[in-house]
Amino acid sequence: MQNGDTLCNVLHIDLAKRTSWVEDRADLFEKYIGGAGVAAELLHEECPKGADPLGPDNPIILAVGPLVGLYPLASKTVAMFKSPHTGNLGESHAGGRSAVAIRLAGYGAIVIKGASTSPIYLAVHGGKAQFKDASALWGIRSSYTAGRVIRERESGAGHRTIMRIGRAGERLLPYSCVTTETYRHFGRLGLGAVFGSKKLKALVVSGNRSLPVTDKKAYRATYEEIYEAAVHSELMKKYHDLGTAGNILPLNKLQGLPTRNLKAASFEKADAISGEALAEHYLGRRIACSHCPVGCIHLAALREPSEHEPYFYKTSMICYDYELIYALGTLLGGSDVSGLLRLIDLIETYGLDAMSTGVVLAWATEAMEQGLIPEKETSGVALAWGDYPAYMQAIERIVDQATEFYRALGMGVDHASAKYGGEEFALAFGGNEMPGYHTGPAAHLNYLTGARHSHLDSGGYSLDQKALADGKTLDPKETAEALLKEERWRQILSSLVVCFFARGIYKEAVVLKALQTAGFDLSEEDLARISTQILARKYAFKRREGFSLDDLRIPQRILETPARGGAVSEEFLRQAMASFGEAVESTEDAS
Amino acid sequence: MAKRLSVIDSERCVGCQSCMFACVRRHGHGGLADARIHVRSAGGIERGFVVIVCRACPDPQCMKVCPVDALKPRKGGGVTLDPEACLGCGLCVEACPLGAVFWDEEANKPAICVHCGFCAEHCPHAVLALEEREEAAHAER
Repeated sequence: MQNGDTLCNVLHIDLAKRTSWVEDRADLFEKYIGGAGVAAELLHEECPKGADPLGPDNPIILAVGPLVGLYPLASKTVAMFKSPHTGNLGESHAGGRSAVAIRLAGYGAIVIKGASTSPIYLAVHGGKAQFKDASALWGIRSSYTAGRVIRERESGAGHRTIMRIGRAGERLLPYSCVTTETYRHFGRLGLGAVFGSKKLKALVVSGNRSLPVTDKKAYRATYEEIYEAAVHSELMKKYHDLGTAGNILPLNKLQGLPTRNLKAASFEKADAISGEALAEHYLGRRIACSHCPVGCIHLAALREPSEHEPYFYKTSMICYDYELIYALGTLLGGSDVSGLLRLIDLIETYGLDAMSTGVVLAWATEAMEQGLIPEKETSGVALAWGDYPAYMQAIERIVDQATEFYRALGMGVDHASAKYGGEEFALAFGGNEMPGYHTGPAAHLNYLTGARHSHLDSGGYSLDQKALADGKTLDPKETAEALLKEERWRQILSSLVVCFFARGIYKEAVVLKALQTAGFDLSEEDLARISTQILARKYAFKRREGFSLDDLRIPQRILETPARGGAVSEEFLRQAMASFGEAVESTEDAS
Repeated sequence: MAKRLSVIDSERCVGCQSCMFACVRRHGHGGLADARIHVRSAGGIERGFVVIVCRACPDPQCMKVCPVDALKPRKGGGVTLDPEACLGCGLCVEACPLGAVFWDEEANKPAICVHCGFCAEHCPHAVLALEEREEAAHAER
């Protein structure tokens, strides 16, 4: 890396002692580039074996990469921590202004340890970390309000990120999220609860420094190449026009769209909640992350009349995406768009992970249907497919931890189904609730083997669709190999912190060229080696914390509901998991 | 004819800040330190964005407060900066009611828009444009 590049600076913050300091870790960035690679190594260093995810020893690590602030679509921050939801590797990515703000504040990574005794928020401006009393913000019902208060109190508008938690995080719900810039999230695996356990309401970081490049001419030329590809590609047009919600109809047609807790894989009313329908009737604004010309973030304008007063309306801007329409729409059998949007809004208000919440509600609906839940524990809420007012009541009770039943729901579907039964239809993998693709064996193998049990780990849903289009059937070993290859490459993208939507633009040659201008002189072989090492380091952490692929539960439901991209059998998945495990393990010692 | 950078429709702005990065890149580096254009939310991202550019005033307030005449009138409106003369006092920043005189912390000098239009070329959603400007018309806009 270049001399004088502040990427090497790791800001350490100790919440217990209320101190901060900076360490030069050029060694880490040179070895692992940034983002996921550096964060994984810092997690090994900072998180003691067996640490309580909600204890002071669990670190919050945020890392960005060398291309941030230099190139478009290098716009993500990688968070790593020990997950309170799975008790293992926690990794979650978010955009907004987070990556640019951290990089231009002069840091490559931030490590937050310890716990405060009273609520605080952190403000990092001009190279100083300030510890600010957040007692008055703690417990505020809406995370929107907390965001507004901090926005008005702090400097750096346009150059800052404001990461905050809602009530769910304060109350340590293990699938609570951290929200940044109102509509982007470190959604999965419970970073919100880790913030909450540290009494950390928010983290504000601002910065606008300049960044050096090795060769001005090459920098501008490479920039133009990437920028042109970004603004003119079909893929980018797709994400700008309808956004990820544009996938609802294709997935439905493919019969890969989980519906009513995956009793079915297509939804008869998908048209009503499609990306097309939302765009036509509700789309009010599109927004972008910092330094991303695409603008994939879609906000619906929900105009609601007052129940009490004529001609009195309120309009709320509510962010929707494919995964939310899946988890809170089709999975709940809901086709009433305004109900869906209200539910999304309530989840934003409390700061829950929308995907886990949807899967939890879907399981609860089916469990009630089957009479597994004693009526006295439901506190009068009867969940039924598509009944949004009932779902909203359930969310209030989950956040309030109203009864034994809602406390169990607040822990996730693995926990709830272990207590009440219905494990066969509890849709979670490695403790993390299922993403929205039932496309075939590769999707499910991806959820099982992916280091964070996310569809984004290795894009299994895409592999299924490709196999289907090509008329091919992959055997377990081939499937495992293809996913492993993809997951390794994505370690590079998430170490550069390039948005995965730009994976078609940031191919190897472009990555190497861009890195060159940022002072990283790497070869294709280097990228291959680094990618293998990073994934191996993540798996080493998982194993250290007790993870084994052999222990994973495979929900019966995914084997029963037919998937178009090939039948999913337990035998197939177990064989493929074994292949995957062997291949990763063989690289662990070398890393 | 003189040219001037103009905000055509800030309601189209998605807040990507490509314009800010373009401005800095034109000077051969990355980051945002000396950007001469600024995009921030209009009080929360749900309300859209404010795009702040120099409007090339015919009678610039920034110029009038400079104690050392480091800001000179630019043909077509606005000002040009003589960095060697500039003391770095920052009065110009305070004087501009639009907030369009930015401050380059690293240089400790104002960052003054030269109306080159490079940002407009990199606005993906037609928020910005470099306009030809009639001398007679520019007083009103």
